[in-house]
Amino acid sequence: MKVPVSWLREYVDIEMNLDDLAHRLTMAGNEVEDIERTGWIDNVVVGHVKSVAMHPDAERLRLVTVDYGSGVAEVVCGAPNVAVGQKIAYASIGAVLQDAYSTEPGATKKLKRSKIRGIESEGMVCSVRELGIGDDHDGILVLDDGAKVGTPIGEILGESVVDIELTPNRPDCLGVVGVARDISAITGNPLRQPDVEFESTGPDVNTLATVVIADPDLCLRYTASVIQDVKVGPSPKWLKDRLIAIGERPINNIVDITNFVMFELGQPLHAFDYDKVVDHKIIVRRATEDEKLVTLDGKERKLDTEMLVIADPEKSIGLAGVMGGANSEISNSSTTVILESATFHGVNNRRTARTLDLASQATLRFEKSLRTGLSEVGLRRATKLICEIAGGNVASGIIDEYPSKGQEQAKVRLERDRIVRVLGVEFEKNVTETTLRNLGFDLNADSGGWDVDIPYWRPDISIPEDLVEELARIVGYDNIPTTTLAGRPPQWQPQPEIDLRMRITDVLAQAGMHEMISYAATTVEGEDRVKLPSDTAARITLRNPITTDYAVMRRTLREGILETVARNSRTWRGPIALFETGRVFLDYGEGLPEERQMASGAFAGPRNALHWDVPTVATDFYDAKGAVEAVLENLSIEAVFEPVEDMTFAPGRTAAIKVPSANHAVIGVVGEVASDVFSKFDAEVESVAMFELDLAAVLNVLQNSESLDSGKFEEFTRLPASHRDLSLIVDTGVTAGQIVAIAKRNRIVSSATVFDLFDGKGIPEGKKAVAVRLVYQSPNKTLTADQIGKIEKQILNQLSKEVGAELRA
Amino acid sequence: MPKDQGVQATHVGESVVDMKFAAIADLDSAESDDQLESWRVRFLGRKGRLTSLLRGLGSLDIDERKVIGAEANKLRGELESLYEERTSKLKSTRAPVGSIDITLPGRKPALGGLHPSTQMIREITQAFNEMGFQTIEGPEVELEKYNFDMLNIPANHPARDQWDTIWVDSDTHNDVLLRTHTSPMQARTMEQNDPPIRVIVPGKCYRYESTDATHEWHFNQVEGLAVDDGITFADLKGTLYEFARRIFGPQRKVRFRCDFFPFVEPGVDMSIDWNGSWIEILGAGMVHPKVLENAGYDSTKYTGFAFGMGPERISMLRNEITDIRHFFSNDLRFLTQF
Repeated sequence: MKVPVSWLREYVDIEMNLDDLAHRLTMAGNEVEDIERTGWIDNVVVGHVKSVAMHPDAERLRLVTVDYGSGVAEVVCGAPNVAVGQKIAYASIGAVLQDAYSTEPGATKKLKRSKIRGIESEGMVCSVRELGIGDDHDGILVLDDGAKVGTPIGEILGESVVDIELTPNRPDCLGVVGVARDISAITGNPLRQPDVEFESTGPDVNTLATVVIADPDLCLRYTASVIQDVKVGPSPKWLKDRLIAIGERPINNIVDITNFVMFELGQPLHAFDYDKVVDHKIIVRRATEDEKLVTLDGKERKLDTEMLVIADPEKSIGLAGVMGGANSEISNSSTTVILESATFHGVNNRRTARTLDLASQATLRFEKSLRTGLSEVGLRRATKLICEIAGGNVASGIIDEYPSKGQEQAKVRLERDRIVRVLGVEFEKNVTETTLRNLGFDLNADSGGWDVDIPYWRPDISIPEDLVEELARIVGYDNIPTTTLAGRPPQWQPQPEIDLRMRITDVLAQAGMHEMISYAATTVEGEDRVKLPSDTAARITLRNPITTDYAVMRRTLREGILETVARNSRTWRGPIALFETGRVFLDYGEGLPEERQMASGAFAGPRNALHWDVPTVATDFYDAKGAVEAVLENLSIEAVFEPVEDMTFAPGRTAAIKVPSANHAVIGVVGEVASDVFSKFDAEVESVAMFELDLAAVLNVLQNSESLDSGKFEEFTRLPASHRDLSLIVDTGVTAGQIVAIAKRNRIVSSATVFDLFDGKGIPEGKKAVAVRLVYQSPNKTLTADQIGKIEKQILNQLSKEVGAELRA
Repeated sequence: MPKDQGVQATHVGESVVDMKFAAIADLDSAESDDQLESWRVRFLGRKGRLTSLLRGLGSLDIDERKVIGAEANKLRGELESLYEERTSKLKSTRAPVGSIDITLPGRKPALGGLHPSTQMIREITQAFNEMGFQTIEGPEVELEKYNFDMLNIPANHPARDQWDTIWVDSDTHNDVLLRTHTSPMQARTMEQNDPPIRVIVPGKCYRYESTDATHEWHFNQVEGLAVDDGITFADLKGTLYEFARRIFGPQRKVRFRCDFFPFVEPGVDMSIDWNGSWIEILGAGMVHPKVLENAGYDSTKYTGFAFGMGPERISMLRNEITDIRHFFSNDLRFLTQF
């Protein structure tokens, strides 16, 4: 809401400078985003339209001759409302104007000499938006006739405007008086309320018009007055200036007054041409099926049966509280006016405006559920101004259909101790009372507190806490003390999922991987690239995704990781080691989806940065497996890696991670990504090794496996261990795992480690050499060489029998 | 005075210059400790050439003696420092047996790292953990009931405009959405637990909002909630002041102003002074009585405060990151800087 300071001063004295005022308003909840000095633009002066002719080559353009004081210019103008004799804002070459066609707010452009459809334009006639004083761009701004040609535009339009970012609870501040009232409460300077008294000279209003509310659930109150013999015409200068300063284009005195009162008090109003309302009877009803209405903007609107219309007995004449109908519009020939000031149902009004994509200043206010008291005040104020400005006779009395009378909450009880309970501080009784009274609240004090009347402009007040906030914001949050949270902290609750994720995140980061966080949504096609198993649960599809790139929630971290690896591979030459811990979304069709926590990571490119002594070798399966092993070791989970088929990964180069002690539960997968998957990611590396751990499964293992190392310290033997190396020849199909398993069957063997593999020169075709180090350790005696030799022989026999191993010569 | 005094003086003066050139030339050719020592004895020793020269000054008149004496002493200083320089130079080029090139890079273990959002979330949650708030998490795909209704944000209410929402497409449900804030955990926590409550809730949130350098549709938030008998606005201020001191330093100016969120009353915006302008860090307030009642709490007995903040925004401020989109692009050139 842009509030001109000169307008504020009509209602309250402001002694402090504008920066201080902005600060105080901001602290009290009306955040001042900016103080603009508007209307001062170099090279823009008052011009006089001398003639208007059609553009020879463009139907919608006009050739306008403008006298701008120091010369006469011919300009091309596209505005429909340009007319001979108007005083307008004329911009000459070099003027910096707001760019009315830019989507970027605040964008400006410098006016250059240009040809429009073959005709050179020496300058421009400006709209409200081009002048930077408002949004209107439907026509040029027409200045008051009295404006002197050649006067710099700043002298006419210059104004300091406070731009307030209003919160949705304060529709009162959508009227200048509301902001002035806050200033009055902050400064203690009294508020000067606008005058609403007028003299009725016409007949009884009920003899002239009637109002029927057919749908009282949507129209809580409807007040109306009738003014006869008005003279419709341009508004006086002061009124035009007010509207221009807040960015509204003046239209005619009647419409301008309704707009003025809306911006002054926050009550939207509408004026109908009395003679265009059949039987002078207004019916407030829901639209009928397939009903249509041409609104003031000339567009035909198709209505639905939840939309409230203003109608006469034959037709609808307005969309209630949204926009008037073209068929009852005030024109220069109107002589009698029916003025409407009503209270419409906020939610319904908002729905109508949204459905028709018809945002209006009226809906901006009505949707905040205005109080019914405001409509009458607004009606009286506007009626008074019409009398003053457009002349005419006001019918005596007002029409006041008030079906919701008595249903609105009228009072709030504020206990004194409530203030202390909420704020933690007690105010002097007179501080509380003065503050609330300055905000316009009527109070009835008793020993325990106050009965507070809710004023007609504050629909946001309904509970004592609302009044506590009023008190606190005006006294200032700075003046409330600061205390440390005392009392009893709640009982600690275990959070195993969070703890596990943090632990795994830390291990992977310590293992040299970089954590990434990717978007949790993707596309169907994108995710299909990783070929998830067909039995994966259904996807969550978004009804209104931000873009088609994020149409569904992810069911895997694999795609995001491969995408990130690929993207980095184009710019990053060093090792790529990335992981993510996050949720995947699995829809089982019942209730909310499962949000399963996963940890997944990938290695690509070289294993290490270029180094003088460490060879730069490509990462492979064993890097990914190593990361998994680090996690498992940290968690003391003993797992085995078994061949598995998974379409994301290359066959024969992929392992399922299983925990034998937990019923062989599968907790994840590790492998090299299949080339037909990987090729779809446009990566500049040869291969990617990736792992995935299902944290829910890991947690299940941790919580349910009995044989799990509980972290209990185990005394180590002080007896010396011995080690022997075996160099074996086996078939290429024999795995290291088989050899180690056989060796470790003997309980004296405390570890068996494959430390060399060789298959080449000197090794027969189809065979490979495997070197294994066996560590022998007895818990209760020192082993002799003979004893070790005996065991070794047994192991060799087993190896020979089971996997055909021979000692290498 | 002998008449050849001037000649002699000239001779002595030349000797200082000559000696300097001779000494420097000899020093530069000294390659071993022995040669260096011999040079030192010859030029700087007690019987060395410089000493002899100084001794010879006795025959000169007082003015000349002063001039030449000063030059000779200056030369001594110069030669001594040149000698030191040469000695250390020879030492450094002649490395001890078994020396290695200590300037070669070490075998540095690869350093991984946590995502900046994770780092900031941990820093924030830890600050509150230490004030008795426990970290919990909640669903990202959420029911309208928790995201809005129970938080006093009724359907079709203009207050909802503050949260543009991405909805889940479903044939059977139209009340499922991507949570627009972590605040639904206020309702869920109170629904499931009796007071006292002190929780801190980090997590991802989603908004139907077009993306630019300062706006993301996908971001993290950290929510806090404290509810008990006797919690006041003054406690809110004290708790959040303490938090701000930890995250932004004890000297940082902090401001609390009135703001509006439907689920609190009174509402608060906490801003910090950042290079002379106030930057909003978090929204907060006293839990709205309707929110307490909706969760089954007696609002006449219990009070509480809630707050919410964006870790990416704080990280952007502290680390001078100018584009929020960096956070989820996961470019290693970005990630490796934290």
